[in-house]
Amino acid sequence: MQLISCPWCGPREEVEFHYGGQAHVAYPDDPAALSDEDWARFVFFRDNPSGPFAERWSHAAGCRRWFNAIRDTRSHELLDVYRMDEAQPARTGTS
Amino acid sequence: MTAETTSGSSPLGAWTARLAELAPAVRVTERPFLTQLTLRVRDAQAQAAIGPALGVELPSTPCSFTRGTGPHGELEVLWLGPDEYLVLARPGVQQSLEDAIRAALGDAAGAVVDVSAQRTTLALSGPRVRDVLAHGCAIDLHPSAAPTGTCVQTLLAQAGIVLLVSDAGRDEFTLLVRSSFASYLAAWLIDASVEYRMVPA
Repeated sequence: MQLISCPWCGPREEVEFHYGGQAHVAYPDDPAALSDEDWARFVFFRDNPSGPFAERWSHAAGCRRWFNAIRDTRSHELLDVYRMDEAQPARTGTS
Repeated sequence: MTAETTSGSSPLGAWTARLAELAPAVRVTERPFLTQLTLRVRDAQAQAAIGPALGVELPSTPCSFTRGTGPHGELEVLWLGPDEYLVLARPGVQQSLEDAIRAALGDAAGAVVDVSAQRTTLALSGPRVRDVLAHGCAIDLHPSAAPTGTCVQTLLAQAGIVLLVSDAGRDEFTLLVRSSFASYLAAWLIDASVEYRMVPA
């Protein structure tokens, strides 16, 4: 089991965390103007890269705060964690 | 409003004798009915104003707690999140403490909620307390890693807990657990302590 570094609590066991899908999916500016297809694309369509992937995680059993993490989907290794109000660290190949 | 009854029943009231049998390796006693208030406040000025009202400053670093004595007696303020705190005080001061915090909060955005029934509190101590906790908790509790004043929210035997290092040198810990998980955790503690119990001659 790997340790995940919560931006608030520090390194904790993976079981304390909860996965929250792709990060940085912007809510549509004008949702009412979206066609059904565009809406479906916003709700259901996500990137699926092989390699570093920016995701949301929640420290569910600890401080219960959401944060962003960059995870390598090939090795399941968490490469970076950053708070919601922090900019995404520069890394090539991230979505 | 519900009528206050003088005699409540605590989540671990029925476990007192069985928990007492774990001594001297581990001493486990429930501290029932403590006043517990959840405090949500983000504004730094408002956070600073609440300190004097309580008699203890809010913890400024994550995963720590502060302890002090104020108008409402001895109390502890636990860091639960960047804008979330838990105030622990002696039983029965829920209303006066809530009023004091609300007054200190003033017009600032914040919330004070009485959650005293949400959790019960266990005082743990004894020479083997770290060994027992290590059976179900991955947090490093060595005094160098978890000094006095550490407050972590984590899992103990898959049950969510808040663990306070009350006195690292004297092996004293305080554990908060949800009332509905309390009897499970008491049973687990007794089971985990089996190997440290004194064998009758």
